[in-house]
Amino acid sequence: MDVRLPLKLPEFMQEEKNFSPVDFDETSSFRRRPESSVPVKPMDDPGLRRDNGNCGAACLYLPLLAILLLLGGCEDAWNNPYPAKDDNANIYYSSFAERPKHLDPARSYTSSEWAFISQIYEPPYQYHFLRRPYEVVPLTAAAMPQIRRLGPDGAELMDDDEAPAFTEYVIQIQPGIHYQPHPAFATDAQGKPLYTKDWQGLQQVHQLSDFDSTGTRELTADDYVYQIKRLGFAPLHSPIASLMKDYIVGLKEFASQLDQAYAKLQQQSGEEQPWMDLRQFDLEGVEVVDRYSYRIRLKGEYPQFIYWLSMNFFSPMPWEAERFYHLPGLRERNITLHWYPVGTGPYYLAENNPNLRMVLEKNPNFRGERYPLSGEATDAADGYLADSGRDMPFIDRAIYSLDKESIPRWNKFLQGYYDVSGIGSDSFDQAVQFGTGGEAELTDAMQEKGIELLTSVSTSIYYFGFNMLDDLVGGDSERARLLRQAISIALDYEEFISIFRNGRGKVAHGPLPPGIFGYREGVDGINPLVYRVDKGAPVRRSIEEARALLERAGYPNGRDPETGKPMILNFDTAATGPDSKALLSWYRKQFQKLGIELIFRTSDYNRFQEKMLKGTAQLFSWGWNADYPDPENFLFMLYGPHSRVKHHGENTANYSNPEFDRLFDRMKFLPNGEKRQQIIDQMIAIVRHDAPWVWGFYPVDFVLHHQWYRNAKPNLMANNTLKYKGIDTEARADLRQVWNKPVVWPVVLVIILLLLSLLPAIYLYRRHERSTAR
Amino acid sequence: MMAYIIRRLLYAIPILIGVNLITFVLFFTVNTPDDMARMHLGMKRVTPEAIEQWKQERNYDKPLVYNSSAEGMAKLGDTIFAEKSLALFAFRFGSSDNGRDIGHDIRQRMWPSLAIAVPVLMLGLLLYITLALLLVFFRSTYVDTWGVVLAVVMMSISSMFYIIGGQFLIGKFLQLVPISGFDTEDAWKFLVLPVIVGVVGGIGGTTRFYRTLFLEEIHRDYVRSARAKGVSEMRVMFVHVLKNAMIPILTGVVAALPLLFMGSLVSESFFGIPGLGSYTIDAINSQDFAIVRSMVFLGSVLYIIGLILTDISYTLVDPRVRLQ
Repeated sequence: MDVRLPLKLPEFMQEEKNFSPVDFDETSSFRRRPESSVPVKPMDDPGLRRDNGNCGAACLYLPLLAILLLLGGCEDAWNNPYPAKDDNANIYYSSFAERPKHLDPARSYTSSEWAFISQIYEPPYQYHFLRRPYEVVPLTAAAMPQIRRLGPDGAELMDDDEAPAFTEYVIQIQPGIHYQPHPAFATDAQGKPLYTKDWQGLQQVHQLSDFDSTGTRELTADDYVYQIKRLGFAPLHSPIASLMKDYIVGLKEFASQLDQAYAKLQQQSGEEQPWMDLRQFDLEGVEVVDRYSYRIRLKGEYPQFIYWLSMNFFSPMPWEAERFYHLPGLRERNITLHWYPVGTGPYYLAENNPNLRMVLEKNPNFRGERYPLSGEATDAADGYLADSGRDMPFIDRAIYSLDKESIPRWNKFLQGYYDVSGIGSDSFDQAVQFGTGGEAELTDAMQEKGIELLTSVSTSIYYFGFNMLDDLVGGDSERARLLRQAISIALDYEEFISIFRNGRGKVAHGPLPPGIFGYREGVDGINPLVYRVDKGAPVRRSIEEARALLERAGYPNGRDPETGKPMILNFDTAATGPDSKALLSWYRKQFQKLGIELIFRTSDYNRFQEKMLKGTAQLFSWGWNADYPDPENFLFMLYGPHSRVKHHGENTANYSNPEFDRLFDRMKFLPNGEKRQQIIDQMIAIVRHDAPWVWGFYPVDFVLHHQWYRNAKPNLMANNTLKYKGIDTEARADLRQVWNKPVVWPVVLVIILLLLSLLPAIYLYRRHERSTAR
Repeated sequence: MMAYIIRRLLYAIPILIGVNLITFVLFFTVNTPDDMARMHLGMKRVTPEAIEQWKQERNYDKPLVYNSSAEGMAKLGDTIFAEKSLALFAFRFGSSDNGRDIGHDIRQRMWPSLAIAVPVLMLGLLLYITLALLLVFFRSTYVDTWGVVLAVVMMSISSMFYIIGGQFLIGKFLQLVPISGFDTEDAWKFLVLPVIVGVVGGIGGTTRFYRTLFLEEIHRDYVRSARAKGVSEMRVMFVHVLKNAMIPILTGVVAALPLLFMGSLVSESFFGIPGLGSYTIDAINSQDFAIVRSMVFLGSVLYIIGLILTDISYTLVDPRVRLQ
C-alpha cells in the first residue's frame, strides 16, 4: 500500500504559525499610562476591529450551515465506507479481525487464513456444499481416487480383512485447468521466464502489480507432487509435516535429504533463503504417473487421508511461483508466497494489505464450475437449490476489511456495509431473543431489517480436563474415578451455557459433536453417569448423588479424611483479568457445591502451555475444532500414544486406557457403518466411565446475514464457499440508502446554540472594552 | 549550539542501549523463545522439532545475553541481544517473526498515523488555547467556574468512552461519517471521526493546563503595562499573554511532534486505521519481538529527537536561553 494523503495545512494553522516569539523587551518599552487614562475609543482599538472577526466567524458558520442543510436533503449515504461507484457492483463485503500470518498453503492452518486461500488454491477434493453428512467430492480431480491396498511386496491385496503394508492413491485431475494470471508465468518471445534475477526493472518493483506482464499455464500433476514435497521442506514449517512423515512413504527421509541439500546451498550461495528447486529431488512415495495423474503411497492404511486431500495443504504449487518469489529484493518488499498466492481457484488475491483490506477478484482463467444439483431434503424449500446448474462464482469481487473491534463491526453490519455477521456478546440481546419453547429467534428490530439468522452446532468441543498423571484427580484408581464423576455432575454446563454463552451451546455427553459419525441423538446419546433420563430427556443428576460419589471416593462432604479440612483442587487457567472474574467465580461455585475448595493458578497462555507440556497442571479447560468430519479426529485426543506429556500430542489429559486404545486402532481403519458405530459406542462408554474430561459443550454458531445474500447455508467443513454465494446488489444499494440517511438537524442545532452562546461573550467583551479603568 | 546538539546525540547512545536492554529483559521475562515459536507456529500439531527449527532459523536458539561457550568478544556478541539489537542502531529493523520486512511496514504505516495525529495536534492546539484564553478572559466569573468544572469532568472520562461515544453519536446515530475503516481514496471521510474524538478527548485536561499557564501570566507587569497602553484585551491575550506562556506549551508540543509518527495504540485499533499504533499493539499481542523492539527503539529515538527539538525551540522563543 502506498499511502499518500493530501494533508494541506488548514488556514487557521497558517495563521497560528505567524505567532512570533515574544520580545521580552517590548513590554518594557510600553509607555505607562496613568490609571485614570481616558477610555479607549472603540474604533481605535484593534481588538474591536476583531469584533468584525467574530462576525466573520458567524459568516463562516453560515455557509457551513447552509451546506449541511443542503446535504441533509441529499440522498447519498455519507457514512458509506466504500466508494460510491461501487454501490451497485457485484461485491461481497466482509471483515476480518485478525490479520492472516501466512497464505502459503503448506503453512497456513487457521480459519482466518483459510478464509482467503481456500478461494484461491484448489486441492484435488472438496466437501459437497449442500449434502449432510459431509461428503468429499472431486474439485480439480476428475473422479474420486483409485485406492489400492498393497502387501509388503507391493502386490495388491484382495482380502479386505488383511492389514495392508501400503495404501496407494492414484489421483487423476481434470485437463484444461489454468492458473490465475501471474507474473511468475510471464515469458518472453522465446518462451523463457521474463522475470529473472537479471531483469532490469526489479529495483522499481514495490508491489506485485508493478510487474506489467503476466502469464498462465495449465495445471499438471507435477504441481501437486511439488506441493507434497514442500510439506517436507523444513523451512516452510508445515504443521502437518510430522503427521505426514508418519504416513507418506519416504517423506521422512526426503525431508532429511532436503535439510542437507539446503544447508549446502545456503553455504554455496551465501544467501539466507535461497530458492531450492524441489523438482530435482525424488520423493519415494509420491510420483507423477502422467501429465494429469499422480500417485501417493502411504504406509499402512489411513482412511482419513481423503480428508487431508481436501485441505489446502495438498493444493498444487507451480515451481515457477517459488522461483519468482525468490528474485532478489522481493522478500524485502514483502512480495512473497506467504502474501501473494498463486492458484487455480475461482478467485485470486488482487490486493493484499493485511493492515487494511484484502480483495479477491474473480479469476479470469477459472475453468468454471456448476452449482450443485442436489443437497439435503430441505434444501429446495430453503432456496438453496435455486442456482442449481449455474456457473460459479456468482460474485465478482470480495472485499474483506480489517475491523478489529466488535462494536464498529456490528454497527457496520446493521448499516448494510457488511453482508454477513457473527453475534458478539455485546450485541446478542439486540439481535436474538428466545421464544417460549427456548428456540432462538431474531428480535423485532432485526426482523424489520429483513436480517436472517442461521444456527448450527459447531464441530468443536470445549471440555474441562483432568490431568490423568496427577496423583489426586488422575490415574485409574476407583477413588480418583469417583471423584472425577462427582465433579462431572457438579459442573453444571447447562448453567454455563446460559450465563456465558447466551444459550449458544449444546451440552456434551461425550467427545463426539453432532454431525460427526458416531454421535448419537436422543436417549442413546445420554451420558448415564451424569444424567438420568426423564420422559426421554436428560436431567442432570442431583448434587446429592455427586456428594454420594464423593463420599464413596473417600471424601465425605468434600473433606480430606486425613486432615478433616476441605479438599483443595487447583484449576490451571490462562483466563486472567477482570473479564474472567465471573467465569472463575462460577467454577469456584460449582466446586463449592461439593465442599471442595478450588484454587486458581492463573498464568499467561505461554505458561499454561508449558504446564500442560510438563504435566504439572491439575484441572484445566480446553477446546478442539475438527480438522475433518471423522470420529478419529476427536477420539484421538484420548488415545494414549498421543498424550501431551509423553508424546507432545493432543491428548491433553494424558489419558491412557489400553482397551480404549485397542478399540481406537480398530475404529480408525473402519468405514462408517454399524461395525464402526458399535466400536465407537464402546469407546465412549469407556471414557464416560473413566471421565478424564467433563464433557463440556459443543458451541452453537449464530450467523446473521442480510436478505440480499443468498446460498448462506452453513458448511462447517468447507472453506471454499465464496463461489456458491450470491448478492442482490440492487436490493442492497436501495436498503443502504434507506438505512443510512444522514441526520443533520442535531448538528445544525449545536451550531446555532454555539453561535447563540457567543452573543453574551461578545456583549461582555464589548462592555469590557468600553468600560473605563478602575 | 552545535556542540550541545552533538553532545545530546552522544548521550542518546547509552540511553538507547539501556532502553533496548530493558525492553529485551522485559520481553523475554514474559516470553521465552519457545513461547514465541509456539505462538507463530500455531496451536495445532506443533512438534518440539518444529519449535527448535523455528528458533534456529531466527537465531533464537542462542543464549540471551551471555554466551559462555563462545570465545572473546563473541561471549557478548554471539547472543540474541547483540544480534537483534545492534542492527537497530543502523536503523536496520530486519524481518518480523512472520517474515515481513519491518522497515517497509513502518514506511507504509506511518502515513495513516500522521494523517490522524497531525490534525488532532493542530486543531487541538488551536481549540485548547482558545478555550483556555476564553476561560482566563472570564476569570472569576461563573463562566470560568463552570468551564473548569466541565474540564475536570471531561478529563476524568476514559478515552474509550470518547471513542465509543463518538462512534455511536456521529457514526451510528447521526450517520455522518463511517464508523471505522480507512482508505487512501477519500481519506478525509475516515479521518473526521477519529480527529474529532481525539480533539474532544483532550479538551478537559489540556484546556485546564493551559488556563493555569495563562493565569500565571495575566497578572504580570507587562500585561498591566499593555493594558495601560490601551491595548485591547484580545490583543493582550493572544499576543502578549500567549507568547509568554508558550514555553511550557512548546515543551509539550515539540516533544510530542516526532512521536506523532508512532500513532495511537487504542484509537487506531478502534477506528481500523492501519497505522503504527495498531502495528505495535498487534505485535505485542502476537509476541513478535522483532516488531516490538523496533517500535520501542524508534519511539525512543523519536522521543530523544523531540527533547532536543524542545531545547532548540526554547532558544527561539526565549532569547535569554543559550544552549551550551
